[in-house]
Amino acid sequence: MVAPVEPKPGGTLRNAFGGVLGFFILLLIGVLAFSIRLFSVIKYESVIHEFDPYFNYRVTQFLTKNGIYEFWNWFDDRTWYPLGRVIGGTVYPGLTLTAGTMWWILNSLNIPLSVETVCVFTAPVFSAFAAWATYFLTKEVKGIGSGLTAATLLALVPSYISRSVAGSYDNEAVAIFALIFTFFLYIKTLNTGSLFYATLNALSYFYMVCSWGGYTFIINLIPMHALLCIVTGRYSSRLYIAYAPLVVLGTLLAALVPVVGFNAVMTSEHFASFLVFIIIHVVAFVYFIKGILSPKMFKVAITLVLTVGIAVCIAVIAILVALVASSPTKGWSGRSLSLLDPTYASKYIPIIASVSEHQPPTWPSYFMDINILAFLVPAGIIACFLPLSDASSFVVLYLVTSVYFSGVMVRLMLVLAPAACILSGIALSEAFDVLTRSVKLQLVKLLEGPLSNAGDTKDENSTAQNDVLKADKQVATNNKTEDVKERPSKKNRKKDKENTEKAPVKSHNEKRLLALPLEASAIAIILLVVLGSLYVIHCVWAAAEAYSAPSIVLTSRSHDGLHVFDDFREAYAWLRHNTEADDKVASWWDYGYQTTAMANRTVIVDNNTWNNTHIATVGTAMSSPEKPAWEIFNSLDVKYVLVVFGGLVGYPSDDINKFLWMVRIGGGVFPHIKEPDYLRDGQYRIDAQATPTMLNCLMYKLSYYRFVETDGKGFDRVRRTEIGKKHFKLSHFEEVFTTHHWMVRIYKLKPPKNRMKGKTKKPKPV
Amino acid sequence: MAKSTSSDVLTLIHSLRSAYAATPTNLKIIDLYVVFAIATAVIQVVYMGIVGSFPFNSFLSGVLSCVGTAVLAVCLRIQVNKENKEFKDLPPERAFADFVLCNLVLHLVIMNFLG
Repeated sequence: MVAPVEPKPGGTLRNAFGGVLGFFILLLIGVLAFSIRLFSVIKYESVIHEFDPYFNYRVTQFLTKNGIYEFWNWFDDRTWYPLGRVIGGTVYPGLTLTAGTMWWILNSLNIPLSVETVCVFTAPVFSAFAAWATYFLTKEVKGIGSGLTAATLLALVPSYISRSVAGSYDNEAVAIFALIFTFFLYIKTLNTGSLFYATLNALSYFYMVCSWGGYTFIINLIPMHALLCIVTGRYSSRLYIAYAPLVVLGTLLAALVPVVGFNAVMTSEHFASFLVFIIIHVVAFVYFIKGILSPKMFKVAITLVLTVGIAVCIAVIAILVALVASSPTKGWSGRSLSLLDPTYASKYIPIIASVSEHQPPTWPSYFMDINILAFLVPAGIIACFLPLSDASSFVVLYLVTSVYFSGVMVRLMLVLAPAACILSGIALSEAFDVLTRSVKLQLVKLLEGPLSNAGDTKDENSTAQNDVLKADKQVATNNKTEDVKERPSKKNRKKDKENTEKAPVKSHNEKRLLALPLEASAIAIILLVVLGSLYVIHCVWAAAEAYSAPSIVLTSRSHDGLHVFDDFREAYAWLRHNTEADDKVASWWDYGYQTTAMANRTVIVDNNTWNNTHIATVGTAMSSPEKPAWEIFNSLDVKYVLVVFGGLVGYPSDDINKFLWMVRIGGGVFPHIKEPDYLRDGQYRIDAQATPTMLNCLMYKLSYYRFVETDGKGFDRVRRTEIGKKHFKLSHFEEVFTTHHWMVRIYKLKPPKNRMKGKTKKPKPV
Repeated sequence: MAKSTSSDVLTLIHSLRSAYAATPTNLKIIDLYVVFAIATAVIQVVYMGIVGSFPFNSFLSGVLSCVGTAVLAVCLRIQVNKENKEFKDLPPERAFADFVLCNLVLHLVIMNFLG
């Protein structure tokens, strides 16, 4: 923050002007956050992306059509065919309720937006809210300047853009806003000690629990921070007010959400909060007794309590450990265990290991996703220690834990992004303070000459402050001329250079205002502006090119223009119009949500992946020869089988590339599927060297049926070889539809024959 | 050794009692309320131990409402206590209003969860 100005009338006017300017900056940050996410709407169309958002969209449609009571009690029989799914009890309702409420409000104001439009634009709107929440959070930690910088960084950071682009209608769209807002209210309660903010904090935590399974991060981070404060001797009654009501109210509110239910008190994910709850009560009691007793008596009390208390504690802990250790996963859920032990999922739960978002990230993905923040964050950590407050220790702890989790799962880079933005915002703002102050003071020295050289440094400070008002206009014009050429000029006022880390250390250690040389400061400010503009360019590029693909429509450029591949919607539309309403469609689980949402047909397995055996059944069917596969599908009442094939156009995410997971998951439940049967030299191959099991399995046949007719040789563009078995007929399936670029192929199960050719089996003589 | 410990314990209890008697009446009322709430919670836990935890949500909401209101009363006590330097600017009416609001939210949630 700038050094405080004396309360002159000019001072309050400056404060008012600063306040209005800050408000407009915030507004523009919101607009920026909203508009940078609109690339996919402009380049393609306003359509829902990916797979999971289609499920959320379908649930929102149901909610808007049938009302909240039906939604709460909805049992969906169009998915997981014979089993169905209890939607009310297994979905996180926050996102759908939010979008449903927005649609309802808009419609009652007679603004007739369709549900799809509301769903597509929910994420950009909430990203603007998230940027504002970051401003409030960082303002509580360091001040307004840091707040504005952090908000701008968050509005642009590519990691958050990737999950909240217009059309990405997924839980993280509202959950990140809820996360930052909950942290803001916690820090606010910690700073003010007001029970009102504690209540709001609990309510915001409730909204987070409704929105995302990642709420366990909050309910473990806040106890960790409370424990850190206690251990480092920063216990205060404000910490008690911030923590204890949150635990009680938060547990109750979490138990209200059907998905969580009694897990809020029974799973290990919540035990940390209860443990620290007990610890903080013990500490609070100790401080209370210390306050009302004399020191000698206090020592006596301590010895007495310790001897009794330790015995009791050991007994309680022994019971608890025995209880928890008796369950095989020690009370943690599979997903949480895979976070703590990154190798857990690949050993025990192949489904979790198979999701590409659950893989660890590579180093380049850090620079892609958080760009310059990656090296500004350490500077921010240093700035947080000067001085160390409860709030800044919380932010540092948040960063450290999120860095660990982002290293385990690439999807959790999203949780790292706000922490990185906050700390980078603090670093930039602090460094910028020093540089502009240097410029101001050096300019004053230059202009006033011998006058300000007299007296000791304290006088220099006060004269400098007095002269600041006079020289301010000149400095202001200086800044304006520098910044007017840069496009996002508001941001650049707050940007700074990273190699002046020494400056914040020096300026805070010495009470004198240290001034760097004028030329160095001016060059540093200019270089900082350049750094900021590089960040902006990268973010805009990432948003436009890398993260705006709707993945349901594909495009490619070639010498004769732009090709659009709309095969998925073509196939779903065909299913919708050419099959009976009750027909069951079997496909790999990736396409389940899209099939139910767009084709409106019952599916066998979908992206929820809650039933491993059911998925293994479908995987086994895809890996078996035709007759056993037909039998499996017939027992599930399946009429149509859908296969995605990218060999003609070179689409790499097709079912043949996913085939290894079908074999692994199927083999995990049905031991007659053995992975080595499909491997030649440890690789899955589909050319002439492939194993006979591979060449006879259903997936191979359904993908490559009649493929040789396309170019005469059957050259698979993804695997880059010719296929092994080229001419074959299907005995139990018939092809009913293949899309324009052969990307989706639909087959129908042939009914069993009426007459059996050849000899019938003679019954054995008894 | 034991004699000195027991005499130490007696002096400890005396000093505790005398120090506590010096606290103002309004704080003592809040303390009494906290003790009442915790006692109710303990009674409920003992009852669950005897009868079993079948409607688990009712048990949870009962116990957590007692614990919750006790915690909120402790927060009120912290804010109202004149010896706390951090809260000397906070008017006790504001503290009590916050207490009532938070209790309202807590009991609304309890009513919903009671089942």
